[in-house]
Amino acid sequence: MSAPGSPMTPAKSLRLVTLAFGALLMVTPFLYMLSTSFKGQQYVLKLPPQFIPDPATLSNYERILVRGDFGHYFANSLIVAVISTALAVLLSAMMAYGFARYRFPGRELMFRMLLIGLMIPAMMLIVPQFVLAKFFGVLDSLPGLIIFYVAGNLALNTFLLRGFFEALPGELDQAMQIDGASHWRRFWNLALPLSRPALATATIFTFLATWDEFAWALTIITTPENQTLPIAIALLQGPKGTQWGLVFAASIIAILPVIAVFLTFQRHFVQGLTAGSVKG
Amino acid sequence: MKLWRTYLPPALFIAPGFLLFLVCIVYPMLQAVQMSFFDWKIVAGATSTFLGLENYIRAFNDPRFWLALSNSGIYMAFTVPPQIALGLGVALLLKDKSPAQPVFRVLYYLPVVTSWVVVSLLFKYLFADRGLINFALDDLLGATDKISWLADRWTALVAICALGVWKGIGWSMMIFLAALQGVPRELEEAAVIDGANRWQRFGAVTLPAIWPATIFVTIMLVIGGFNVFASVLVMTNGGPGGATEVLLTYMYRQAFEFLDFGYGSALAVILTLIVFALSALQLKLFRNPEATR
Repeated sequence: MSAPGSPMTPAKSLRLVTLAFGALLMVTPFLYMLSTSFKGQQYVLKLPPQFIPDPATLSNYERILVRGDFGHYFANSLIVAVISTALAVLLSAMMAYGFARYRFPGRELMFRMLLIGLMIPAMMLIVPQFVLAKFFGVLDSLPGLIIFYVAGNLALNTFLLRGFFEALPGELDQAMQIDGASHWRRFWNLALPLSRPALATATIFTFLATWDEFAWALTIITTPENQTLPIAIALLQGPKGTQWGLVFAASIIAILPVIAVFLTFQRHFVQGLTAGSVKG
Repeated sequence: MKLWRTYLPPALFIAPGFLLFLVCIVYPMLQAVQMSFFDWKIVAGATSTFLGLENYIRAFNDPRFWLALSNSGIYMAFTVPPQIALGLGVALLLKDKSPAQPVFRVLYYLPVVTSWVVVSLLFKYLFADRGLINFALDDLLGATDKISWLADRWTALVAICALGVWKGIGWSMMIFLAALQGVPRELEEAAVIDGANRWQRFGAVTLPAIWPATIFVTIMLVIGGFNVFASVLVMTNGGPGGATEVLLTYMYRQAFEFLDFGYGSALAVILTLIVFALSALQLKLFRNPEATR
């Protein structure tokens, strides 16, 4: 805990030990999952449990990646998450800009409606959204996932980005306006580049939310070729005896991108989380 | 012509997103209320009959609904306070900048970014009859009876709540960490000079400064508690015999297993009203930080 050079007091070392113990509790399940993903089926529930798999095997990964359809599910998840995120962030940024830069009647009312959308539990809408998706003919399809993922992520992102756009200095905008720049150019070439940190936050949160989404995909996806990773992993559970090694090999593959995104963009996480709490 | 020039640009910026929002969020919101008054038929051609409040009366007289509601309440009661206390505790231990701080922050936050499906399966495995938890209790603590955690209502709820707390600590920690950066240094130093001990300083300086964040965390966690779904579905699927059903799994089953969309919608509306009422109540209770000292 202490900076190099400063003495290690008993209080400091006690604090360090407490934190390390807590961190161990947080990480042990992950390490055990990693370990199990290298175990054969006969070893997964062996007592006493093995922390280091012996014999270790790659067969779970081989079955998932080579013989299974997980490459396909991974691609589905990636397509859905990337397209949904791009559309949700773009549409949210446009809306946020509209709310932040212009005055018009009904502005407050519309923004209030967005806030209510923020408070409504997503699961509450799942029944009527299913009916709507059926009406649109997008049940059991990736577009059916994308449309509703985009819609579901608009409110939070608009809220986040509007605050940021409002804080941008107006002088630059006016200068560009005098130079004859169109509304769209002022948005695209000025407001967006200046808002890169907020856009990064919105992008990360939306990507993770869509990558991990489970309930909606479970509801509308029925054929295996349209499954995303969370669904495919949940369905690896058998009614009698789950192949735990297989489940966790697939899980590791599913969470690797998440951990990569998280480690790369850590700083934006803190910003995004606090944007909400400052308002609260 | 002038009006046209004034209102067209914002309209073009807002319309695409807002139309999608109206169609896919606002319209279903209203339709959920509407459906809750009907015996709703999903099959094409079949007519839905208007039932008035019958779906709500049915819920009121449905013991399984009350069981699910109480399970949701229990989950909330046993996951929210620990997440606040432990999240704040870790944040307090971690607030001073040090080389180890970012590492700990990542480790505590890791469960938050991991998908619910994955961690639910993981905890199901840890709480299995021959799993790591039973081994630890058995071997390290000397308990002789193996517990079939997921085969009984209360022990299954313990496992589900343990997952909820484990997954959520990092989130409240992160909010509290950010809030603690805003505690005025001068006040803390002044309190030290005045001879205030650690607890007095916490009550007089730290707590008021992080109060808005505490309200935010509490409200979000209560909402999240009532929204528990994937973990229950994956770990117990509401079993054994519906004993661990929570509001959302029960609603989901009514709608998509029994195709009773009207009743499912009524349950969803009830859940939303509960969440709104609890949020409003907390905002009222928490408004004055002086009251807590």
